[in-house]
Amino acid sequence: MLSFNALALISVLYVALLFAVAFWADKRAERGQGGWLRSPLVYTLSLSIYCTAWTFYGAVGYAARSGLEFATIYLGPTLVMVGWWVLLRRLVRIGKTQRITSIADLISSRYGKSNMLGVLVTLLAVAGTTPYIALQLQSVTLSFAVFMGGQSNAPEDLAAVALWVAFGLAVFTILFGTRNLDVEERHHGIVMAIALEAVVKLIALLAVGIFAVFWIGSGPSDMMARIDASPIDVWALQPDRWMTMIFLSAAAFICLPRMFQVMVVENEHERHLSTAAWAFPVYLFLISLFVIPIAVVGLSVMPEGSNPDLFVLTLPLAFDQNALATLAFLGGFSSATSMVIVASIALATMVSNHIVMPIWLSTRSGGATVSGDVRDVVIFSRRASIAGILILGFLYFRLSGGGAALASIGLVAFVGVSQVLPALIGGIFWRGATRIGAAAGLATGFVLWIWTSFLPSFGDGAILSASVFQEGPFGIAMLRPNALFWIDGLDPLVHSVLWSMALNTLAFCVFSLMSFPSPLERLQGATFVNIFRYSDRARGWAGRAAEAEDLLMMAQRIIGPGVAQRIFESEAATQGKQGYLPDVTPDFMDRLERELAGSVGAATAHAMIAQITGGASVTVEDLIRVADEAQQILEYSNQLEAKSAEQERTARQLREANEKLLALSVQKDGFLSQISHELRTPMTSIRSFSEILMGDTSMEAGDRLRYSRIIHDETKRLTRLLDDLLDLSVLENGQVTLNMDEETLGAVLDRAVAAMEVATGARHFAIERSGDGEDVVLFTDSDRLAQVFINLIANALKYCENPSPKLTIKVGQAAGQRVVDFVDNGKGIPTEAQTLIFEKFARVSDNHAAGGAGLGLAICREVMTRLGGSIVYLPGQGGAAFRVVVPDAKVKAT
Amino acid sequence: MSRPPEPVFLERQSYRRRRLSDAARLMPVVGLVLLLLPLLWADRATTSGGILYTFSVWAILIGATRLISRRLSDFDPFGEPRETSEATLSKDGGMR
Repeated sequence: MLSFNALALISVLYVALLFAVAFWADKRAERGQGGWLRSPLVYTLSLSIYCTAWTFYGAVGYAARSGLEFATIYLGPTLVMVGWWVLLRRLVRIGKTQRITSIADLISSRYGKSNMLGVLVTLLAVAGTTPYIALQLQSVTLSFAVFMGGQSNAPEDLAAVALWVAFGLAVFTILFGTRNLDVEERHHGIVMAIALEAVVKLIALLAVGIFAVFWIGSGPSDMMARIDASPIDVWALQPDRWMTMIFLSAAAFICLPRMFQVMVVENEHERHLSTAAWAFPVYLFLISLFVIPIAVVGLSVMPEGSNPDLFVLTLPLAFDQNALATLAFLGGFSSATSMVIVASIALATMVSNHIVMPIWLSTRSGGATVSGDVRDVVIFSRRASIAGILILGFLYFRLSGGGAALASIGLVAFVGVSQVLPALIGGIFWRGATRIGAAAGLATGFVLWIWTSFLPSFGDGAILSASVFQEGPFGIAMLRPNALFWIDGLDPLVHSVLWSMALNTLAFCVFSLMSFPSPLERLQGATFVNIFRYSDRARGWAGRAAEAEDLLMMAQRIIGPGVAQRIFESEAATQGKQGYLPDVTPDFMDRLERELAGSVGAATAHAMIAQITGGASVTVEDLIRVADEAQQILEYSNQLEAKSAEQERTARQLREANEKLLALSVQKDGFLSQISHELRTPMTSIRSFSEILMGDTSMEAGDRLRYSRIIHDETKRLTRLLDDLLDLSVLENGQVTLNMDEETLGAVLDRAVAAMEVATGARHFAIERSGDGEDVVLFTDSDRLAQVFINLIANALKYCENPSPKLTIKVGQAAGQRVVDFVDNGKGIPTEAQTLIFEKFARVSDNHAAGGAGLGLAICREVMTRLGGSIVYLPGQGGAAFRVVVPDAKVKAT
Repeated sequence: MSRPPEPVFLERQSYRRRRLSDAARLMPVVGLVLLLLPLLWADRATTSGGILYTFSVWAILIGATRLISRRLSDFDPFGEPRETSEATLSKDGGMR
């Protein structure tokens, strides 16, 4: 067996190694060579401070007493990690954006930066953690005692060990935990040392477990048989305890100050969380894997009455495996020390930010603007807090006698810190949660915890007399610590968790519903609950300006001149100013407050800035104004959107108009060249024939007559053309006077057909008319209408190339209007030409024989428009087909 | 404050990502149900059976979470924190 001195030497060497690792990691981080120091693996390992000495030694004892129930302590955190997407991701994001320094800071910041809540949570945390630290000290001394064996078991020696351990831890924590007052509150050295200790304790426990299963036992199947044969085979699974413990361990995992410290405050990157989500459960799985085998083997091998809590240590010793025992000792030592280090840092931050600093600030009547470095005060208060907490833990250990009472303190502490859960969960998921509600819930939970869990944990008669347990205080049976409200027979732990959490949540909800939050609370509530939606924080400071110089002076004292000046300079630069004094805008005040909050907590930072600005930060009016501004911006953007849509529409219209104009211009050019051509052709022949007549006096009479006729014909054609042009121009300008009278459609058609029959004389041309519907009386300019009909018939006559041409004239109804269709049996008009035929001088073919100038259809269209009808080409009728929509007879009524 | 309307339908990528995060939200519920199941048959089972069951559930939860977390980080590489300027500023803060 190792001597006490050898063991002490090993411990000191191990501690020296930790110092070296922490120092090295801090140096690397300082030089910006974070590298793998900031890997997800280190983050995951740092979470293992959840597994304290209570786990390392106590889990085996727990398993020996209650079987598988020990696993609930690790199943709860597994569920929390597995559900990281729901809660932890949110917490980490909030912690990062709001520069949260501790769980007390989170609660205080959420509920309007209320220091009262910060103090409450801090007190709760101190009350819950101090006994826990005492437990770690006890475990270290007990493990020393095991090694000393019979040599010397004097309590004084053990107390000395505890004292030295506490002292060493205080030195380590102060050295690496408060070397700097970091704006991000990260401790790379400590995290690294913890990660190393995590590996040591896992390896140690696995080694002892493998030793138990494969050395003492003979493999897994043999182990299963041993388990079924051992006293813990009776699987006394108590449903109420099973459920309660899973809930409790999950709640504590979230709320324990030390867990919050490593999980949220020391978190380097959100991405690490997604790895830890499965990697940390793996760690817990491995830690738990051999607990029952060690317990079973211990129970069967170790003598009757040996402490199962120390099987991890005594089992290797019983088989004279000194090296393994030493490893196990180091594992336990690591578990204890890493927990104490982080817990004391977390508590010291809370105590200094929420208790010491506010008191110190309020005693300084000069306010925050007096010169002098606050950092010294903050760091000193942290160091003093760490020392104080460790002294408190040591005293607790001494006073409680280090007996069995301590063993149960782990769960008691869990119940205590879990009281923060309702305020925490409510705060980040429910905007309606208020400061009053949170305070009421916390206070209720705190009192119930003290009464039902903390005080009874000292045992009957220690603090509470046995009569209080049996009859209640002052004989009030309703208030018995283990049977509140007359409900007897519950397991004490289940009883305490049930009542404290239920009434805590009830008080939290009821008071939240009844109270009205301050503007700052509402602002913070909205920011916390919608942390993923608005990663830009809402503004907390309104109009009221402070002097930039005062702010700079204060900032320098808290975060140091270098950082403060850099912040001010960069802010001034973004504002486009030179020097160190930016304009004090609300945005800047927010940023500054956040930076300060990273060092001294949200409540203190807020109070300090409030001292300089001399009053409240944000009022209801400010909130409403901010909301109004947002509303206005929204409306403005809506208007812009509508405007841009309108502009697009206008642009489209303009584009169309432009295209039309261009087309018209082309048309006009075409028209001019056409018209000159049409006028020139007859003129040329008139001129040349008249020159012949003039020059040749000896012309025969027959020739002269022929030439004169040509001239006459050409003149007639020219006149007709000019008539048509005039007609068209008159029609287009709307100067035409219509002679309206009544006439049946049939009569108009008769006239048109009769007029054309004169012309068709030379050619056989059949015109088919059914006569149906022609008796309708029209009120229109019948001459003009006849002109249109004549034109259409003439066109058919001219262009129909069928050997036996035929024109069908059909009167009918289409879309409620009276229509007259003229359909011939020719080739029709090609599709591409159909849109053109109504244009002036448009001719489909070069068939000039017809002698038309191409104005006929253009005139028809104008006439029909004047008459209130229309004319369109009707495709798909087997030949050329025109549909004339005849103006309705109802015009007659007017 | 009114928010800009969110689109009703999402493209395939975003849709998958949302369903993955739904799965991530479901994990603790599934885990809790699986871990409470032994309450139904604890009185008839041996401890070794209970151990096997509990640790199997544990392993399954770890595996499933690993799968989902991996896929989620593939979709969303989290991006660097928004306030890079402030972050770098404070990381090399000169007050040590």
